[in-house]
Amino acid sequence: MSKPKTVIEKIWEKHVVHQEEDKPDLIYIDQHLVHEVTSPQAFEGLRLNNRKVRRPDLTFATMDHNVPTKNRDVVKDEISRKQMETLRKNCEDFGIKLADMFHPDQGIVHVIGPQLGLTQPGKTIVCGDSHTSTHGAFGALAFGIGTSEVEHVLATQTLMQEKPKTLNVHVKGDLGPGVTAKDLILAIIAKFGVKFGTGYVMEYTGEAIRNLSMEGRMTVCNMSIEGGARAGLISPDEKTVEYLRGREYVPKGEAFDKKAEEWLALATDEDAVYDKTVVINAEEVEPQVSWGTNPSMCVPISGTTPSLESVKEHKEDVKRALEYMGLEENQPITSIEIDHVFIGSCTNSRLRDLQNAAEIIKGKKVKDGIKAIVVPGSFTVKLEAEKLGIDKIFIDAGFEWRDSGCSMCLGMNDDIVPAGGRCASTSNRNFEGRQGNGARTHLVSPEMAAAAAVEGHFVDVRKFKSGVLS
Amino acid sequence: MEAIKEHKGLVFPLNRTNVDTDQIIPKQFLKRIERTGFGQFVFYNWRFDDNGNKREDFALNKSQFAGTSVLLAGENFGCGSSREHAPWALLDFGFKVIIAPSFADIFYNNALKNGIILIKMEESQITEWMKEAENGAFYLSIDLEKQEIQDDEGNAVHFDIPSYHKEKLINGWDDIALTLLNEDKIKAYEEATQA
Repeated sequence: MSKPKTVIEKIWEKHVVHQEEDKPDLIYIDQHLVHEVTSPQAFEGLRLNNRKVRRPDLTFATMDHNVPTKNRDVVKDEISRKQMETLRKNCEDFGIKLADMFHPDQGIVHVIGPQLGLTQPGKTIVCGDSHTSTHGAFGALAFGIGTSEVEHVLATQTLMQEKPKTLNVHVKGDLGPGVTAKDLILAIIAKFGVKFGTGYVMEYTGEAIRNLSMEGRMTVCNMSIEGGARAGLISPDEKTVEYLRGREYVPKGEAFDKKAEEWLALATDEDAVYDKTVVINAEEVEPQVSWGTNPSMCVPISGTTPSLESVKEHKEDVKRALEYMGLEENQPITSIEIDHVFIGSCTNSRLRDLQNAAEIIKGKKVKDGIKAIVVPGSFTVKLEAEKLGIDKIFIDAGFEWRDSGCSMCLGMNDDIVPAGGRCASTSNRNFEGRQGNGARTHLVSPEMAAAAAVEGHFVDVRKFKSGVLS
Repeated sequence: MEAIKEHKGLVFPLNRTNVDTDQIIPKQFLKRIERTGFGQFVFYNWRFDDNGNKREDFALNKSQFAGTSVLLAGENFGCGSSREHAPWALLDFGFKVIIAPSFADIFYNNALKNGIILIKMEESQITEWMKEAENGAFYLSIDLEKQEIQDDEGNAVHFDIPSYHKEKLINGWDDIALTLLNEDKIKAYEEATQA
C-alpha cells in the first residue's frame, strides 16, 4: 500500500511539471483569477517582451477592488477609472474572459470563483490577491501571488514554487450555538499568532470544520493568510460536491459524478503525517472582537483589551496598537462604541452571511449616528438576496444596500471610514489605515456586526438573540 | 531584475513587528498602472500627516537617515496583502537590503523577484544593530557570495539564504525566461493531463 498522503501532497504531486535538485518545483496552474489592481504591470511586462497569454481559457478576470458600490455609471476617481479601462483593454487584447463592472457575473473575485464553479477540488488556483486562500474551502490549493508571478502565470501557466510544509489545524469538538466560522478563525489566529502558518499550507480538520457550511469554510480558509499561510484548505467531502453540482463551469450529468469521485479521493488519507499540528477546542470559542491593529489582537466578547503589564513580548507594539485604536488597557470590549458598520468583503459577503446578519437586524433599527452599509459579494448574491427580501430587512433597519465589490474592506473606492471613525467590520484586516487613514477597525462576524449596529457598541450576539438585550 | 552581489549602505532601524504591506504602501497608491514611482509613497502614513506634511517624529524623515538603503525590521515583515507595490516602493525609495527575524511568504517572493536582498537574522543580533543604528551613521556591508554581513569595525556575521535564491539574485535571472526553457515540459504536461 502506498504511503498515506495529505490532500496538499496529493494536489502538489499531480501538478509538478518539472523538478530539479536544489530548485523550486515548476507547478502547473489550473485556474488564474485576475483583477484590476495587481495585473496592469503584468500585462505591460508581456507586451514589453512580446509574450502571449499561454492559456486565456484558464484565466478569468473581474473588477472588484476599485468599483463604486453606488452610482456605478460614474467613476469619479480618474485613476481608478483608468485602471479598470486598462483591465478591459488587456482582456480584449489577450483574449481573456472579463466580468466587468456591469456584467452579471461581476463580484469579488473570491466570491465569484466558487459561485461560478471555476473553483473546484484538486485545482491549483492563483490570483494576485492574498485572500485567494478562500478557494481552499473546496479542497483546492489556492494562494495569492504578486504581480511578477501574475505575469509568470500569464506567460507560462506555471509557477516556480518550493514545496510547502503541511500544517494541520485541528479543531476539536463543535462550535456552540451562536458561534460562527468567523469567530473560529479569529480565535485560531488569536491563539497561534499572525505567523504560525508562515512557510506552510494549512489544512483545517476536525468535527467543527466538517460541520461548517461551505460559506463558513470559505470564511475560515479566507483568513489563512492572516495566520501567515499563503494557502489553507479543507479536504473535499459530500458538502463540497453538492455545493458545486449544477454550477456553470463544472461538468454536467455523468461527467460530474465521475469528477466528484475524483474529488472525494483527494481527501487526506487516514494516518497521513503533517509537518506540524496545532489543536484548538471549538467548544471554548466565544464570539470574537479584534481590539488592535493585526488580526491576532483579538479577544472574546466577554474579554477586555490587554493590560500592558501582562504583555511579555513587543510591549511597544501593543501600546502603539492601543493608542492607534483610541482604547485604554483593560477596557471591556462591550464598552467600545462604534460609528460605522461594514457587512461585506471576501470573508463575509455571501448570501448566507447576509441572511445571518439579517436575522439579527430584522425588525430593529440601526442606532442613531451609525453609518451602516451592506455590500454583497457579487451581483448574483445581491439579486438572490433581493429575491428573498433581505435587502428590505437591511434598508428598513437603516442600512445602505450597495452594489458588489471589495468596498470598505480596504477603501480603494469611495467607501472609506474617516480618521478617528470606528467600524465593526466583517472584513479580514484591522491594519492601521486599512479602511481609511486613521480609521479604527474591529473585526467581527456578520451577526456580531449586526448586533453592534443596533446597540451602538459591541454585545454578545448570543444574549442579543435570546432577547436578554433589546 | 538587476543583479546584485554585494551592497554597503546606511542602516535604518524600524523597530516594529508585523509591518504589513498596508503600512509599506497604503491602498490609495495602488491605482497606478506602472511599476515605477512608488518610492515617494513608502510608509506614507508614518512619514506624512493628514495634510501631507512630514511627521517629525518618524525617524526616516530625519536627515541622518537620508540615503539609507539597508532596512532593519522586526519579525514577520511584509505581512498582509500580496501587493508587489510594497517591494516596488521600498526599492524605489532606495532600500536594497532588508534584514528581519522573519518575513511573510508572499512578500518574500515578491521582493526576491525584484532583486531585493532579504536576510533572516536572529532577533538578538537585530536588536543589537538597531541600537547601533538609532542615531544614524551606522553602515553594514552585505556580501551575498560569502553570505556575510560586516559592520565598519570589521565584525562579521554569517547569514543563511537558500542557494537558489542566492544564485538568482547574483545573476539577476528572469524567471519567465528560465521557465520558458522548459516549455516542452509544460506542453507535455498539458497533453498528458488534457489541461
